[in-house]
Amino acid sequence: MFPESISWRSPRPWLASAIVLLLLLVPLLSQWAGSSFYLTFATRIVVFAIAVSGLNLVLGYGGLISMGHALFVGLGAYVVGIGATHGLVNGWAQLVIALALSAVVALVTGLVSLRTRGIGFIMITLAFNQMFYFLAVSLKQYGGDDGLPLEQRSSFAPLPSLDGKVALYYLCLAVLFAVMLLIWRLVHSRFGYVLRGFQANERRMLAAGFPRVRYQLSAYVLSALICTVAGVLQANLTTFSSPSYLSWQASGEQILIVVLGGMGTVMGPVVGALVLLILEELLSGITQHWMAILGPAILLVALVSQRGIWGALRHREGRP
Amino acid sequence: MAWSLLFSQVLNGVQLGMLLFLLSAGLTLVFGIMNFINLSHGSFYMLGAYFAAATLAHSGSFLLAGLVGVGGVMLLAFVLERLALRRLYPKGHLNQVLATLGLLMFFNEAVRMVWGAQPVFTSQPAWLNGSVPLFGMAYPSYRLMIIAAGILLAAGIYLLIHKTRVGMLVRASSTHPDTVAALGVNARLLNTLLFSVGAGLAALAGWLVGPIVSVQSGMGDDVLILALVVIVIGGIGSIRGAFYAALLVGLVDTMGRAYMPQITRQFFERSVADAAGPALASMLIYLFMAAILAVRPGGLFPTKR
Repeated sequence: MFPESISWRSPRPWLASAIVLLLLLVPLLSQWAGSSFYLTFATRIVVFAIAVSGLNLVLGYGGLISMGHALFVGLGAYVVGIGATHGLVNGWAQLVIALALSAVVALVTGLVSLRTRGIGFIMITLAFNQMFYFLAVSLKQYGGDDGLPLEQRSSFAPLPSLDGKVALYYLCLAVLFAVMLLIWRLVHSRFGYVLRGFQANERRMLAAGFPRVRYQLSAYVLSALICTVAGVLQANLTTFSSPSYLSWQASGEQILIVVLGGMGTVMGPVVGALVLLILEELLSGITQHWMAILGPAILLVALVSQRGIWGALRHREGRP
Repeated sequence: MAWSLLFSQVLNGVQLGMLLFLLSAGLTLVFGIMNFINLSHGSFYMLGAYFAAATLAHSGSFLLAGLVGVGGVMLLAFVLERLALRRLYPKGHLNQVLATLGLLMFFNEAVRMVWGAQPVFTSQPAWLNGSVPLFGMAYPSYRLMIIAAGILLAAGIYLLIHKTRVGMLVRASSTHPDTVAALGVNARLLNTLLFSVGAGLAALAGWLVGPIVSVQSGMGDDVLILALVVIVIGGIGSIRGAFYAALLVGLVDTMGRAYMPQITRQFFERSVADAAGPALASMLIYLFMAAILAVRPGGLFPTKR
C-alpha cells in the first residue's frame, strides 16, 4: 500500500499516457466514425470514473467499504433536476448548492457511520443510501418513481453550452483530470499517509496520537463531494434524474469498478470504468441476457483478484 | 372499525416479521459463524418461489411445490458453497460483497431467461382460501397459516440450536471456531450444511409468499436488504436477535405503510401525501437501524466473541 511512484521502465506510465491520449481524442474518433453514440458513451465512462475516483478515496486509500456513495451521485443529479424545474439553470449556483447540501449530509452520515467498524460500516452506509433512495421515490412532485426529466441543461457561462456534446465531454474530462490530480496530490501528502496508515495499522496510528475519525471523516466528506460533482454532470448528460441513480445496486456497481480497476491507485477507477462499461456494452450487443454472463465474470474476479487490473500491472514489474 | 383495522395491520406486521425471520435466520448464522456476507441470499428466496410456482403449475400440489422449492434450493446452495463460496470465507468482506453481487445478477437474469420477464402468478391451496373471523373482522386464513408456520419454525430452530448436538456445535463454532475444529468436528461439512439449511429457510419463505406477491426477477433484492437490516439490528449471529428484530421491522414497516399516509396527509396535499407516506414509511426502518447502530454498534443482542 505504498503510493504509486512513476517508473518509466514499467508498462503503467505508458498505458496511462495512452489512455489519457485516447480520452482526449474521443471526439475526433467519434466524428471520424460518424456517430455521436461513441461520444455519449465515452462521456458516460468519464462521469462514472469521476464518481468512482471519489469512492476510491475512502475505499481504496481509507479501507472503508462504503455501500452508500451512489447517494451523493443522486444528490447532485437531483439538485440539478429540481433546480431546473424551478428555473434555476445557472450551473455554478446548482453546483454550490449541491456541494453544500452534500457536505452537510456527508458530515452527518459520516459521523454516525464511523462509529461502527467493518460490517457495521457497510450496513449503515447502505441504510443511509436506502433512506435517500426512498426519499427520492417519495418526491412525487419531482417525478417520484419515474424520475425527473431535466428541462434545460445547466449553464456554466462563460463556458460553452452543454447542449454541445463535445463541450459536455471536455468539461467532464477536465473535471476527471482535475479530480485525479487532486487525489494524486492528496495521497502523496501527509493527509494521505495518515489515511493509509489507519488502513494498514490502526492501533499504531492511534498510539502515535492521530485522531482516526477526523482523518477518515475528512476523506469521507471529500469523496462525497467528488461523487456529487459526478452527479451534477450525470444529470446534464442524461437530462434525467432517477431514483435508480441512488439504488443500492448502483453503489455496488461503484465498488465493483474500484475493485476491478485496482483499489488505491489513481488510474484504477478510470481503467475499471472503461473495462466494465465497455464490457457491458459489448455483452448487451451480443445478448439481452448479458447479466447472466457478467455475473459469473464478477464472481470469478472476486475469487481470483487481489489488486485489480491496474494493481496487477504493477505486480508484474517486480520490486524496484 | 379503526380497532379492527389496527388489529389486522398488527397481524400483517407479524406475518411480514415471520417471513423476514425465515430469511434472516440463515443469513445471520452464516454471517456470524463463517463471517460471510451473502448478498445472494435473496436469490435463494426468489428461486424457492420460482421452483415452487413451476412445480405447482405442473402438479397442482401445494405441498409438493414446497418440497421441490426448498429441496431444490438446498441442493443448489450445497453445490454452490462447495464449488465457490467457501473459498470466499477467508477473503475480506469486499470480495464477498462483489462475488455475491455477481451471483445475484446471474440468478436474476437466469430466471428471466427461463421464466420470462413477466411476473409469474401462483395460487394458494383451496383449503386455505377462506378467512377466519377474528375479533369482529375476517382475516385471510392463508396469512394466518404463514404466521403459524413462522412461529412453529422459529420454535423448531430454537430447539435445534439449543437442545441438539448439532445445534451445540453450531453455537460452539459461532464463538470458538478453531476449538471446535481442533476437537475433530468436521467444521467444513458443518458450514456447508448450515449454509444449505439457511438457503432452504429462505426458499421456504419464497414458497410461502408466492401466492400473495408477484413472483418475478429481482423480488429478492429488496427483501434481502430488509433481512440485512434485521440481522444488524438483532446482532449478527444471534438467532434470538433475528427473531425479535424481524418482528420489530415487520411491525414498523407495516404500521408505517398503513398509517404514514394519514400522518403525512396532515402536512401535504392528498396526492403528494399518498405517495410520500409509504416511501417515508420505508425510510423509517433505516432510520431505526441507523439509530440503533449509532447507540449500540453490536445490535440489540450482540453475540459474545
